[in-house]
Amino acid sequence: MSPPPVAEPEVDRLPAPATLAGAGASPRHHRGGRRAAGRAAGPTLAVTYLSLLVVLPLAALVTKAFSGGWSTFWSAVSQPEAVAAFKLTLVSSLAVAAFNAVAGLVIAWVLVRDEFRGKAVVNAVIDLPFALPTIVAGLTLLTLYGPTSPFHLDVADTRWGILFALAFVTLPFSVRSVQPVLAELDRETEEAAASLGASPGRVLWRIILPSLAPAMLAGAGLAFARAIGEYGSVVLISGNLPFKTEVSSSWIFSLSQSGELGSAAAVSVVLVVIALAVLLVIGLLRRRFDMSEAVLGDGGGGRSGSWPSATWASWWSSRWGRSSTGPSSTASGRPGTR
Amino acid sequence: MPTSLRHRSTRKLRIGGGAALLGLILAAGALPATAGAATGSVALVAYSTPKPAYAALIKAFNATPAGKSVTFSQSFGASGSQSTAVADGLPADVVNFSLAPDMAKLVKAGIVSAKWSSTPTQGMVTNSIVSFIVRKGNPKHITSWASLIKSGVGVITPNPFSSGSAKWNLMAAYGAQIHQGKTKAQATAYLAKLLKNTVAQPSSASTALQTFLSGEGDVLLDYEDDALYAQKQGEPITVITPPQTILIQNPIAVPLNAANPSAAKAFVAYLLSPAGQKVWGQQGYRPVLPKVAAQFTFPKPKTLFTIASLGGWTKVNTVFFTPGTGVVAKIEQGLGVSTASS
Repeated sequence: MSPPPVAEPEVDRLPAPATLAGAGASPRHHRGGRRAAGRAAGPTLAVTYLSLLVVLPLAALVTKAFSGGWSTFWSAVSQPEAVAAFKLTLVSSLAVAAFNAVAGLVIAWVLVRDEFRGKAVVNAVIDLPFALPTIVAGLTLLTLYGPTSPFHLDVADTRWGILFALAFVTLPFSVRSVQPVLAELDRETEEAAASLGASPGRVLWRIILPSLAPAMLAGAGLAFARAIGEYGSVVLISGNLPFKTEVSSSWIFSLSQSGELGSAAAVSVVLVVIALAVLLVIGLLRRRFDMSEAVLGDGGGGRSGSWPSATWASWWSSRWGRSSTGPSSTASGRPGTR
Repeated sequence: MPTSLRHRSTRKLRIGGGAALLGLILAAGALPATAGAATGSVALVAYSTPKPAYAALIKAFNATPAGKSVTFSQSFGASGSQSTAVADGLPADVVNFSLAPDMAKLVKAGIVSAKWSSTPTQGMVTNSIVSFIVRKGNPKHITSWASLIKSGVGVITPNPFSSGSAKWNLMAAYGAQIHQGKTKAQATAYLAKLLKNTVAQPSSASTALQTFLSGEGDVLLDYEDDALYAQKQGEPITVITPPQTILIQNPIAVPLNAANPSAAKAFVAYLLSPAGQKVWGQQGYRPVLPKVAAQFTFPKPKTLFTIASLGGWTKVNTVFFTPGTGVVAKIEQGLGVSTASS
């Protein structure tokens, strides 16, 4: 089973191909061979580009944030208004990332598994939140879900408004991360499970969700990272009231407008560190999923034989599921993932 | 006048840091200045509200002999952002901000002469006042500052830490109390009540207007010129002039490092000329030339005070608008605690 072509932009895969190839994943050899050809030029180019676009600006940001020393940094990020904004931003972003992981799965499911008229259009519409300038999105949301809402749904100046805006701008991440994996998913496994008497719910929980979990996590990570930095779509509908509906990005904007660039950088650094931590954790989680899949999927070719993906199905259920069911046991499963 | 300006700036350069480079740029830019009408392109960097006014002004300037071969590149945005951008290197031949502290930022950066305000109009190109925008017909009967703190009245004013317009609004509110004989403590207490009635603090004057037009709130504090413009666009609003309000003064300058100072100065001279001031007046701004202002019938508030009467921008900006520690920040914190516990 070749690794599904996950749409995985930023999330780091970590340099693990050697160990994975050792497990017999032949497609990875191809990739390695192609990589060897451009061994010198490729990494240099990539590193240079990354440095120019990401590393250098981040370094400058950190330098600016600490230009006044640790105590200045701390007083900037522990200011009551900053703390209130952090809390609001993180809680809203987490909630939206989690909600959209599910909503994105449902939409991806419909797009992959169902046939209906206008599917191509719907498929194209998914990406529109990317294309729309966020301030336009904010204005549109305000018109639709503000005081003049044609649906009598007024969430303006409330935290619900923030959730609406964030859900809107992060939806593409959630859908597009899951969709290709779902399309590649081997349906024989599901059919086999069903023929062995598994209920649809059980097939979903034990077969499909575990296969999609890495992609859902990746999507949620991107959505979260995007959400904590979102500005344009949020400020209009949130009302931007300090301590109530003011998100961190807006507080950063205020600081920069007041000439407090050091404080603005300090608050930004906190957001960046949180985003980085979340993306790293998600990267690690996904790596565990991927490795266990490599071991099982490419191992005996026995996907449709005994109950599939025992290793990480058990990993999954030991955390989220009713682990009493099925032949899996955490004792036999988990060491294989290491 | 252009020559005297140049003298002044050369004198400053002797003192200022990074002067050599600036001098070179200035000299290079000044060379072709001597011969007749100005040419070339002028980079105009301004705050957001006068965008439509500048469209009219540039058209009118291009119709004059002095301006017929001058072209423009224009940049509009939040006053503070624009000022920061120029301080960070955005090329500008003419800068026009909402309030003086944004010009002070450029003086600090060595980009604008410290004597920018030593002109017949104190460095200002337009005046305006803080007005109330209410729903058409004024259904909530908002007539004075006291109306704004009644319960059930939703106020919209931009976030004072990100918007120059909001600083004018809050100082108008504060000054209105002072000029009605209240103490500083009473005026501060009024600000707290006003902010408590505030239902949204959009990041800029323009987003505040959009927010209000989308149906939020009962009254928007705004520049009179912006209010008149919105009214002219046919928006369903009524503009109320409060009995006491602040005179808004918008500064303009030609930076020391302007690439095309001759054309820039010609343009600024036009903006300050009777002809230019008349166009400003037609666009809803109060002309800074009394003679031109007399041709227009702007509403006359009972009491019109200046920021100088409250201590001047340098002091006011520090005392009221320092994030975290200023008077307004403290009020927000107090309100934040009460909303969090309720």
